[in-house]
Amino acid sequence: MDWDALRVSLRLGAGTLAVLLPCGIWFGRVLAIRQFRGKSLVEALVTVPLVLPPTVLGFYLLVAFGARSPLGQAFQTLVGQSLPFSFQGLLLASAIANIPFVVQPIQRGFEAITSDVRDAAACCGLTPWQRFLRIEVPLAWPGILTAAILTFAHTLGEFGVVLMVGGNLPGQTRTLSVAIYDRMQAFDDRSAGIMAATLLVIAVATLMLTTTLSRQVSPRRG
Amino acid sequence: MPRRALRSLVFVAIVIVAFWAGVAAQRPPTIAAAANLNFALNEIKDRFVRERGTPVEIVFGASGTLTRQIQDGAPFELFLAADEAFTSRLTVAGLTRDAGVVYALGRLVVFAPRGSPLTVDPRLDGLARLVKAGKGALPGGGKFAIANPDVAPYGEAAEAVLQKHGLWDDLRPQLVLGDSIAQAAQFATTGNAIGGLLAYSLVVEPGFAQRGTYALIPDSDHLPLRQRMVLLKRASPTATQFYNYLQGQTAREIFRKNGYGVPPVAEPR
Repeated sequence: MDWDALRVSLRLGAGTLAVLLPCGIWFGRVLAIRQFRGKSLVEALVTVPLVLPPTVLGFYLLVAFGARSPLGQAFQTLVGQSLPFSFQGLLLASAIANIPFVVQPIQRGFEAITSDVRDAAACCGLTPWQRFLRIEVPLAWPGILTAAILTFAHTLGEFGVVLMVGGNLPGQTRTLSVAIYDRMQAFDDRSAGIMAATLLVIAVATLMLTTTLSRQVSPRRG
Repeated sequence: MPRRALRSLVFVAIVIVAFWAGVAAQRPPTIAAAANLNFALNEIKDRFVRERGTPVEIVFGASGTLTRQIQDGAPFELFLAADEAFTSRLTVAGLTRDAGVVYALGRLVVFAPRGSPLTVDPRLDGLARLVKAGKGALPGGGKFAIANPDVAPYGEAAEAVLQKHGLWDDLRPQLVLGDSIAQAAQFATTGNAIGGLLAYSLVVEPGFAQRGTYALIPDSDHLPLRQRMVLLKRASPTATQFYNYLQGQTAREIFRKNGYGVPPVAEPR
């Protein structure tokens, strides 16, 4: 069992959540409530990472931020670190790949709130922030929770883009899913088997958690 | 329940912070190594760590893949390739300290897992018989494993051997390409392919003795696998020490034991 890899995986999952969840709540709400021109294009762009092979994302990230690209060199001099083959680069890739997993459930959650409820809250004299925190977020909670759990689980399972952009560096970019591949290639089936079983258990557990929690949270609020 | 939900959110936040805090420890130097070195280099590394007390970290992959990663900025300090072409590409690009040194000479074997219809011999007559009998196809729709010639020097050598024996064109649809020679070996030694052209250093391992049979391919049948290593510009003193250690007597003996030829001492630097 590669504990370093498990740690990287969990950090990546938590980091992706920390980056994406606030943006996702804001953006999902905008998409649910506002009508604007080009909305269908925006919605399509949000969904694109779902159908795009990870190699496409990996390719663009490497070409745009690699040590040989001007952008990558500028980033290197500014931050003193390259984006590909670093945890930060992995986080960026993972955040992009997970956009649909965050935005869509949250958007559905906010869409389920009728405008009557919002109007009533406004009539009661609640400020926009109070309305958002006390009325909308609790009502959209099942969607937000689903988004969070799906994103976390999906990040743990990410493979292609991690291998391409991360490069299998122990302790930095070698996640559990990449470590399984690495151990297979090193003829170490035992470790690979243990890690594969670990990921399987985590995946089943998270999905069970989602269904249980959403059942607990949703019934009276619909 | 919002309050309970809030509490769980706080919990999640704590977990995040905890994992964030446990980062940033100093990492030992990372070394990129061709996949054929899997057993030999780990053995040398263990000896080095025991003798010097300084850890190093090794990442294995196909030489071509690793070269590409180094060009794109991967933070490796030392690179052990499976040939000279990939290291010289890095040297030309100005990424290495110098042209490096040849540390081992690789050998190719034809391998057949237990129960395979393939019989192994240095001239590949057994393989030729199978291909001829099946009119190109292998028995039971079987596959033959080599490493991807574009990224793995051992795959390139395998292609040259198959070309030389006139088997390349017929066998091509039946080839399964490993990302690296280690993956090709994985395919063949697990019996998922009826055989393969693999690195001698991978099948010579005692653990593989009962997995199948193999025969050495004459090294005149392909371009020599002169395996060169280079220190990259960012190499730390520990990486440099390891580089020197790899040229020492202990390392040379381990290379030899693992099926490599070793260059005469002091190859041109």
